[in-house]
Amino acid sequence: MGRGSQVSGAAKAETTASTRWTSSLGDTIFAALARLSGILVLVILGAIIVALAIGGAQALRTFGPGFLTSDDWDPVRESFGALVPIFGTIMTAILALLLAVPLAFGIAFYLTELAPAWLRRPVGTAIELLAAVPSIIYGMWGFFVIVPIMSQYVQPAIIDTFGDLPVIGPFFSGPPFGTGILTAALVLAVMVIPFIAATMRDVFDTVPAVYKESAYGVGCTTWEVMRSIVIPYTRASVVGGIMLGLGRALGETMAVTFVIGNTNRIATSLFGPGNTIASIVALEFPESQTGSLKLSALLALGLILFVIAFIVLAISRFLLRPGVKA
Amino acid sequence: MSATTAIPGPAKDSTTALLLGRRRHRVNLIIKICCVTATVIGLLFLASILFTLLWRGVAGLSLTVFTTSTLPPGSHGGLLNAIIGTVIQTMLGAAIGTPIGLMVGTYLAEYAQGSQLGNAVRFVSDILLSAPSILVGLFVYQIIVSPFGGFSGIAGCLALALIVIPIIVRTTEDMLRLIPSTLREAVIGLGAPKWKMIVLICYRAAKDGIVTGILLAIARVSGETAPLLFTSLGNLNWSLSLTRPMASLPVTIYQYAGSAFQDWVDLAWAGALLITVAVLAVNIIARTLLRGGK
Repeated sequence: MGRGSQVSGAAKAETTASTRWTSSLGDTIFAALARLSGILVLVILGAIIVALAIGGAQALRTFGPGFLTSDDWDPVRESFGALVPIFGTIMTAILALLLAVPLAFGIAFYLTELAPAWLRRPVGTAIELLAAVPSIIYGMWGFFVIVPIMSQYVQPAIIDTFGDLPVIGPFFSGPPFGTGILTAALVLAVMVIPFIAATMRDVFDTVPAVYKESAYGVGCTTWEVMRSIVIPYTRASVVGGIMLGLGRALGETMAVTFVIGNTNRIATSLFGPGNTIASIVALEFPESQTGSLKLSALLALGLILFVIAFIVLAISRFLLRPGVKA
Repeated sequence: MSATTAIPGPAKDSTTALLLGRRRHRVNLIIKICCVTATVIGLLFLASILFTLLWRGVAGLSLTVFTTSTLPPGSHGGLLNAIIGTVIQTMLGAAIGTPIGLMVGTYLAEYAQGSQLGNAVRFVSDILLSAPSILVGLFVYQIIVSPFGGFSGIAGCLALALIVIPIIVRTTEDMLRLIPSTLREAVIGLGAPKWKMIVLICYRAAKDGIVTGILLAIARVSGETAPLLFTSLGNLNWSLSLTRPMASLPVTIYQYAGSAFQDWVDLAWAGALLITVAVLAVNIIARTLLRGGK
């Protein structure tokens, strides 16, 4: 009896040792896999930069720094410049933010402070669903719904009101085609509103209730609490959320391609047609030969877009990281 | 302070106090009305998009949309090859991207713990999450399509997988972090190795959240157009081969919506309705799942 238990004890010890060995081997393998996957993410980012840089090298070598300042895009003479798309990209994104930020702020304010509790979830979900709609749908909606409204009602009205004013008049002049920089900015604004609003709502919710209650306690109105307590407390994150929206707006492709008018010219009017880096790449790519200078110019444009988006998103991440206070 | 200055403060002058109070409440009311208006405008945008899709999409919808491939204009084609192509590329893209994203999320939540590498990976993954998807298309074109001679379905799958990864990383890390550390300590205390703790306990505890992430990723990539333009290109003929150009719903919509043929435009709207309904339905299911899990 005693002998038997000793034997089984030894066998158990042996099994435990082998189990421990396999489990430590399993641990090593699993940890290595996890670490490798993490490194893979870094490799992907590096590879994107390198692949775009190699692809764009031919164009960057041919045109030098002039690539950034030339407004030429002539496939026949093989002369390409990035100025117009860069201008269009930044212009539409900034205009989109000007339209989107007040609306997104209003939505976030409504959802956190004003809405009755039973409305918060359905309205919040509806706004978030706006972010889930594919960008091609925004393109079609913009082209078939917004463009006619812009050309028939909005643009003529704006031209009549502001078109003849000195100084700012030229920004609101030109034929009301419906397409153009302003329309693209409007569609982009609708697309980035949910991202900015959701971020703002989430950071507004992080304000400790006791701060707000103290302010309400001394007689502040809802708006005064928002202005003097919530916004100062969350300032950095709010800017981070806006930068996140900017990053989204910069690289949006399909929606912009439908409505911007696709002309390689720097628009002097908000109604003028233009293009963005993403839209020119999407449109010109099918017409460029492998190994051609044009394809290289498009890849160089992609690299420029990546650099701009990376900077904007990096700032956004920096401001949104937990623990940042204004 | 107001006691020492000559400014008529509310405490001293009841008329000023009344006027000031009235003005403050008026400002408050105006701001509130503006916020409600902003929310209504936001909801109107969504309603306008959905209404347009229903109105124009239902007109183009018929059984042939699901039973026939894309055909030349005027010959009553459908979208079958595009629908199948989107399903194949989305599913394969998710199948490739999900395990990688899961491992990266696991690394960030369970192994990285404030290490330099972990912070760098988290930062880069968050950048990739919001990076323009067209660049992913250009990247895959450069490393797969261009060197291996031609557009292919598998290139499209890889492009979508690259978009899937950061989405899964974000949700996996967030969900794993929600698991109380006492649970982990209990499992380790029983003598289980760490990897078994993660696979058998943590994944199971975070299952709803992880599945939500996968569903959201599928919803996101199934509507992606830009990355597919440079990788799987689109194909108006019936083809299930992963080494040849492959049709997809968004790219077909893009080609058809800009065409001059009314039946193609109608088909584009039908396709747009299908993809939006599918994407929104998956989104709502994912959200309900997450809420039910909590």
